Amino acid sequence: MLQQITGSSPAAMGVDVAQDALGAQEFLTFTLGEEEYAIDILRVQEIRGYDAVTRIANTPHFIKGVINLRGTIVPIVDLRLKFNLSDVTYSEFTVVIILSVAERVIGIVVDSVSDVITLSAEQVKPAPQFSSSVEGDHLKGIGTVDDRMLIIIDIERLLLSRSMGLTEGSVQ
Amino acid sequence: MAIDMSQFYQVFFEEAAEHLADMESLLVEVDIGRPDPEEMNAIFRAAHSIKGSSGTFGFNDMTEVTHVMETLLDMVRKEEAELTSDIVDACLDAGDVLRNLLAAHRGEGEANREAAADICERLEALCKAAGGSSMQEGQPAGQTSAAPAAAPDAAPAGRPRYQVEFMPTDAAGRDAEVMGNLHQALAELGALDVLENGDTGAARLIVETGAGREAIAGLVEFLAQDGSLSITPLEAPSADAEDEAYGFFDAEPPSSPEVDSADDANGAYGFFDAPAAQMDVGAAQIAQDDEDGKYGFFEAVQTPADGTEATNVTPFEKPTQARTEPSQPDRAKDKAAAPARGATKGGDSSIRVSVEKVDQMINLVGELVITQAMLQQSASEIDPVVFERLMAGLGQLERNTRDLQESVMSIRMMPISVVFSRFPRVVRDISRKLDKKVELKMSGENTELDKGLIERITDPLTHLIRNSLDHGIESPERRRAAGKPETGTITLNASHQSGYIIIEVGDDGAGLPRDKILAKAKERGLNVTDTMSDADVWQLIFEPGFSTADKITDVSGRGVGMDVVKRNIADMGGSVEIESMAGVGTRMTVRLPLTLAILDGMSVAVGKETYVLPLNYIIESLQPETAQIRTLSEFGHVIQVRGEFLPVIRMHEVFGVQNAETDFMKGLMIVVEASGTKVALFIDALLGQHQVVIKSLDTNFRRVQGISGATIMGDGQVALILDVSGVIAMSRGQTALAA
Repeated sequence: MLQQITGSSPAAMGVDVAQDALGAQEFLTFTLGEEEYAIDILRVQEIRGYDAVTRIANTPHFIKGVINLRGTIVPIVDLRLKFNLSDVTYSEFTVVIILSVAERVIGIVVDSVSDVITLSAEQVKPAPQFSSSVEGDHLKGIGTVDDRMLIIIDIERLLLSRSMGLTEGSVQ
Repeated sequence: MAIDMSQFYQVFFEEAAEHLADMESLLVEVDIGRPDPEEMNAIFRAAHSIKGSSGTFGFNDMTEVTHVMETLLDMVRKEEAELTSDIVDACLDAGDVLRNLLAAHRGEGEANREAAADICERLEALCKAAGGSSMQEGQPAGQTSAAPAAAPDAAPAGRPRYQVEFMPTDAAGRDAEVMGNLHQALAELGALDVLENGDTGAARLIVETGAGREAIAGLVEFLAQDGSLSITPLEAPSADAEDEAYGFFDAEPPSSPEVDSADDANGAYGFFDAPAAQMDVGAAQIAQDDEDGKYGFFEAVQTPADGTEATNVTPFEKPTQARTEPSQPDRAKDKAAAPARGATKGGDSSIRVSVEKVDQMINLVGELVITQAMLQQSASEIDPVVFERLMAGLGQLERNTRDLQESVMSIRMMPISVVFSRFPRVVRDISRKLDKKVELKMSGENTELDKGLIERITDPLTHLIRNSLDHGIESPERRRAAGKPETGTITLNASHQSGYIIIEVGDDGAGLPRDKILAKAKERGLNVTDTMSDADVWQLIFEPGFSTADKITDVSGRGVGMDVVKRNIADMGGSVEIESMAGVGTRMTVRLPLTLAILDGMSVAVGKETYVLPLNYIIESLQPETAQIRTLSEFGHVIQVRGEFLPVIRMHEVFGVQNAETDFMKGLMIVVEASGTKVALFIDALLGQHQVVIKSLDTNFRRVQGISGATIMGDGQVALILDVSGVIAMSRGQTALAA
């Protein structure tokens, strides 16, 4: 990634990556339960099915384990468990999005991947300030397309946060 | 110098370090009474090369030290001064000072200016003592940094002209300033004609100088692409040429008219038929050395693959022989060929490749091996008769993959002589300090092991050798009293043994003092008994802070070290064993895996999960019987194995595995030992023994307690590699919580 995410304030929002002259930016959208989320498309490396995860003992429950991605050991996080969704099942339709964040490769499990959309700057509203399971910090804004509401998250910030326990020095 | 030379610094650092190492090993080996002229030349050239290149880069402190040293060595080489042990000592110390300066230039540590000044004085004093008017070369070349080898001024008319051709490196070619500075520096040597300045392709220059080809090479070589530099002398510049030495060089085997004409002349000859342009540099230097008309007749053996380095070519004919038999060049040629052949053996044809590239290749091959194993597994389900050709192809793929893996792994392999070569110096210095007579015998220097291990084994081995010198070998008086030869022997031996490398450090000294160790252990409150086996007693010296030395010296005795040695070796997946007999000697055996990237492991099942246990931790596995297992109140279970009670670690509890075997009678116990603790791991079953490629977990994740890494099994699944010490610590934590 050439550009780095600089801040989480609404002012810094939407000016980081994959932006064309009109300030539009491309996002990958996916669903977790009833909610639809959007992440910066440039962080996405590939999308694959969920299978053969090797569990790692004594890690948080939402870290499903590691997989062999063509010779690379990649940790898999189930965002549904992280966001405390009630209905978590694994089937042949369960999808893993492989992301490349901060020079690491990490997979996230989501219910389904919807599509790739372009959001212009005026389609993105600043995120309301409240604390939720998606801690305010990772919320970059709310995007609206027709009558859909997309929760735009800063996936890098989320995955590298201490509460994820994915990096050295994070909570075990 | 105003040029930004920093892009060439790394090359200089590496080369200078190599020259220093060469010089040191030659100095240590040199026979003081009867120095071999070849060796003295090699030492001189090493010093000279450092001087030249450090001058080019403006590291004047290094230039000054090497200049004085070079002057001294030059006198010895020309037999104007006698080689004494003082000179060798001073040169060795100068080598240390240079190393310090080099490290400082690299940005590691502080330069010790005082030491540099001291050593210069010492060397100068030796020069004066040896030959009086020794400083013939005028002021130190440091002042004339651009022209390190500025030669005595020859009459301008008599200066030889050289044609210099080279391909500039990308960085240098783009930068007009760098080239401009080069031109200026060359012009200072004499007269310069720029034919093509090299901003688009090859650079061609004519240099007229008395400083010799080497001075030109020293300036240009860092800007030229590898192997592209050629320096050719042009027509003889003066009338009295017949009295001078000729350097005739032919870079290509077919002889040129120049050579023929040289054969006819009755002057002196320098005849070189070098396989590579690189050799010309060395050859020129030799010709230069013989200014008063000595003869050098060489035909470098046609071994292009050897790419002999210039510094290694040392054929050098005695003037008298050549003069009396000028018509019999063949004889001279034969004589010269012998040392040349000897030199090629030492030179190595190699390319510098970054470790990163090699590692990337190793990773890719690792993946290929895994893919191949997966194919093999899928193929095991099909009918071998119907798919005969497919099966044959897979068989071939397996062989090829294995060969490829072996040869790729061997790229990272280096001979252990890289480490061993520093020990003669260590032994020499310490034995002097301790007033002991010690001889070091080394064998198996060509045993190869992984580069990563080479770097990490150096310190532990040095420590073991110091230990042998200090504690093992007795003083000459005591040795005489014990009826042993005054000179003690330390043996250093490396060998391969079934996938391991064994390094033995032995001495014929006093042996370990069992009573003293036991007494010391009791004093320190360690759990010891007088009936302990010798092997267990010897292991005590690896306890932190343990020392039996009566007084602390600067060699050893502080009790730091042996525990570090053991820990470092254990970190590399190795072990240390000690054998010792009072009055006869001690032998420490270090056993290391050949590489860090591959591990011999036993895969074990715990519930539905697979873990890999490094083989070197495993002592035995057994099927427990009811009578062997006891409960130890709330602390869990112990198992009695050959009279020992070992704590049982239930792996499924430590790793929270569901549906695992909980009945001791239905599973297996594996006795493992890590950091001095023996425990029994309770698992479901053994699956098999494999060589596994170690993958790091923390590349994309983080470290996890009890897990040292991960690997990919034949079926493409990830299996975790157990860190036995971590597992023991985890189970202790859990017991503490439960209690």
